[in-house]
Amino acid sequence: MKTLLRLTNIRIISQVVFLGLFLFTVWASWTTRIQGYPVSRFLEIDLLVALSTTLSTGHIYRFLGWSILLLLLTVLFGRVFCNWMCPLGTLHQFSGWLFNIRSVKERQDQNRYQPRQVIKYSILIILLIIAAFGTVQVGLLDPIALLHRSVATGISVIWDFVMSVTSFTHLQLAPGTTERIFTGSFWIGLVFVSIIVLNIWHPRFFCRTLCPLGALLGLLSVFPLFRIHRDMKLCTDCDLCLTRCEGASSPEGSLRLSECIVCMNCIDDCPENALSFSLPPHVSTPVSPVPDITRRHFVFAGLIGLIGFPLIRSNGKSNDANYSPLMIRPPGSVAETEFLKKCIKCAQCIRVCPTNVLQPTGLQEGGIEALWTPVLNFNVGHCQQKCSLCSYVCPTGAIREISVTEKLGFGKFKQHGPIRLGTAFINRSRCLPWANEIPCIVCQEVCPIAPKAIQTYDEEVKDTFGNLVVLNKPFIIPDLCTGCGICQKECPVTDQPAAYVTAVGESRSQERRLLLRYRTNPEES
Amino acid sequence: MKNNDDVRPNKFNRREFLKRVAFASTICGGATYLAWAPEDYPFSLKDFTGARSIPEPQQFTLPDYRVTLPTGIPEIGIGRDKTTSGRLTKALDAIGGITQFVQPGDVVLLKPNVAFDRSPELGATTSPELLEVLIRRLLIDCRAQEVRVADNPIESPADCFVKTGIKKAVEKAGGRINLPDGNAFRILQTPGAELIRSWPCFYRPLIGVTKVIGVAPVKDHNLCGASMGIKNWYGLLGGQRNQFHQDIHTIIADLSIMIKPTLTILDGSKILMRNGPTGGDPAYVKPWDVIVAGTDQVAMDAWAFVNLLQRDESKLPQYLYLAEKKGGGKIDASNRILEVS
Repeated sequence: MKTLLRLTNIRIISQVVFLGLFLFTVWASWTTRIQGYPVSRFLEIDLLVALSTTLSTGHIYRFLGWSILLLLLTVLFGRVFCNWMCPLGTLHQFSGWLFNIRSVKERQDQNRYQPRQVIKYSILIILLIIAAFGTVQVGLLDPIALLHRSVATGISVIWDFVMSVTSFTHLQLAPGTTERIFTGSFWIGLVFVSIIVLNIWHPRFFCRTLCPLGALLGLLSVFPLFRIHRDMKLCTDCDLCLTRCEGASSPEGSLRLSECIVCMNCIDDCPENALSFSLPPHVSTPVSPVPDITRRHFVFAGLIGLIGFPLIRSNGKSNDANYSPLMIRPPGSVAETEFLKKCIKCAQCIRVCPTNVLQPTGLQEGGIEALWTPVLNFNVGHCQQKCSLCSYVCPTGAIREISVTEKLGFGKFKQHGPIRLGTAFINRSRCLPWANEIPCIVCQEVCPIAPKAIQTYDEEVKDTFGNLVVLNKPFIIPDLCTGCGICQKECPVTDQPAAYVTAVGESRSQERRLLLRYRTNPEES
Repeated sequence: MKNNDDVRPNKFNRREFLKRVAFASTICGGATYLAWAPEDYPFSLKDFTGARSIPEPQQFTLPDYRVTLPTGIPEIGIGRDKTTSGRLTKALDAIGGITQFVQPGDVVLLKPNVAFDRSPELGATTSPELLEVLIRRLLIDCRAQEVRVADNPIESPADCFVKTGIKKAVEKAGGRINLPDGNAFRILQTPGAELIRSWPCFYRPLIGVTKVIGVAPVKDHNLCGASMGIKNWYGLLGGQRNQFHQDIHTIIADLSIMIKPTLTILDGSKILMRNGPTGGDPAYVKPWDVIVAGTDQVAMDAWAFVNLLQRDESKLPQYLYLAEKKGGGKIDASNRILEVS
């Protein structure tokens, strides 16, 4: 009779707690709840995020140093994170269990080590090399970033829809909003669904073959203090330990330490009690500590990284002459090339944004390099004055932590002026007063700047029907405009707004400035 | 691998034939009925012209929320005092006291102005302090069953309620906030209106409501001159409100007859004098000690325009004249006003 308090059950509790914690922080950090604060913890202990941004920037931002905890854990106990903490790993294990309709023999065959499991090390090497050159792409496959992105742009929308239909609006992730949209969420969702569905074909395919964080932790767990030991005297070579081996780490032979994710299932399944998780005993079984990476793998991955970086960069979207006018970054963002060194596409900023203005970038604004990084789409929302939530939740400092005072350029930030996201313009051929003799100026009404960055030429004219109308024809004062985009959001010409914001004039970059100097009223200063 | 055991002697006979024919004719007959039976027959799905599948918008009309008052009581009360609670009491007592308007068991909807994500000091939104005092009065003095607070802000609703301090104040006093979302709107029919005869309105908080009170700040407005009691009802509407500015005066005049509130309260404690309706600089705000309460929004707005915003009487916003013509109220407040200080 197995005891209830065995390692595998404790592991399941740990997995449930960590997955629950992950989902709870996602829910609780909405703007009206605890305002985004602790949700980054999972990404801040993510060693891959810390390592790649350290390689790209040379510094360790804010709380990323906490990833040392994960380093310590892995060096002592092996890849415990993968099977005890990682929320995506839990989802993989759960779906693998759910889809499991195989016989014991088939399962044993599926859980044998496969040579393709070495792919993840190549992926890791490529990602780290291009990170060192200056473009961080770990977020595409990093399990925490990938899961958070999928939850933020896909699962949250489904949840909110169900809660709205069933009238549990207070349980919604974003209560009090009309239908949130996330451009390109189909592709983000497709990646997520694909890696989950792959579990039908091969259990934990993602963890075993693709996960770069797993690869990094695997490389760190070559000499753990504790590990799985097999007592050769008791072992009858029955292969039952393979039945539920999550990592495909050859527990039946020479255990592959870098593949073992310490699920403890083999201990449970061994009829002879030959397996244990412990400090090394006197007589130790053979292990294979180092993964099967050969020099060829290194050279191959290195070459791809080497040619990959210039290829991605030459796409030309981060260039200061060819940048997209739509590439408007959140307030507090660092200059574009620095941004690409830091952003891990986790979509936390996109999720906490109260107006839904932050969207995952598609290919047209930033090319493949900036795919799924945050961009502001002012047709969807606008950047609210008294809000800097996106900068609070950013784990890597792509959006530097700023206060509302700094964002608005008040108090001690007065000399720096407000943070500008871009500059608004008026398209006079679509603007109702300019082009059609119809009064409007919603843009001026909603402009939050004091004094207003939109002023008007006032004119009384006889319109084409002979009515006398007063037209207030708006124009932008770029010295005052911060590019918040509310004029574009509220413009009644909704499909292609007559008031619109483009990236030029953003204060994060010297090269993308617009004005030589910002004019002020000499009487006021 | 299939065995030949599967091959069995053919059992098809007359009985089987009839059964299958009966089955086929039931299915096809049923389908034929659904598709081709005249439209007024039961279960008919026939829609030959496509007219039947045009969705019928869910429409509603607003009842008159006013209460009949004993004669001889002034319609507009002005209260001047240093404290919010003091000036509210004085203003309400001048028109007969709050218990005249809200009876025990009433479900009251308060409509503050929470349009922007601004600090209360900037005068762009309704004062949270006034709301807190008012909700306490309604729940304790009037023994109202429930006090709801609703608005459809221009910026993120959830955020606006928090940043203006209104969420905290309302919840502290025991009121309930209703946030707008995609399912909260229905088409409101306003028969006398010119431009918003049917327009999406924030419907959910209005369900079961017996009394409606508008609580508005007094502020400058770039386009229509001033935003006060009548303009406050703008926040109850949804849809493409940004078209309203093409003829804002007619819209506000329509708003004056769209809803007939039990009571309107104008907060003259932080008056936004310029750069409205958003403000943004405390220097634009004039602190004062006035609260106006009453039942004639047109007269109240005209009084506030002259006495609170301190503008010239000859420059009254055009919408007030239009509202008077439509029957929203009377501009001339003489003999209907009582000032207590």
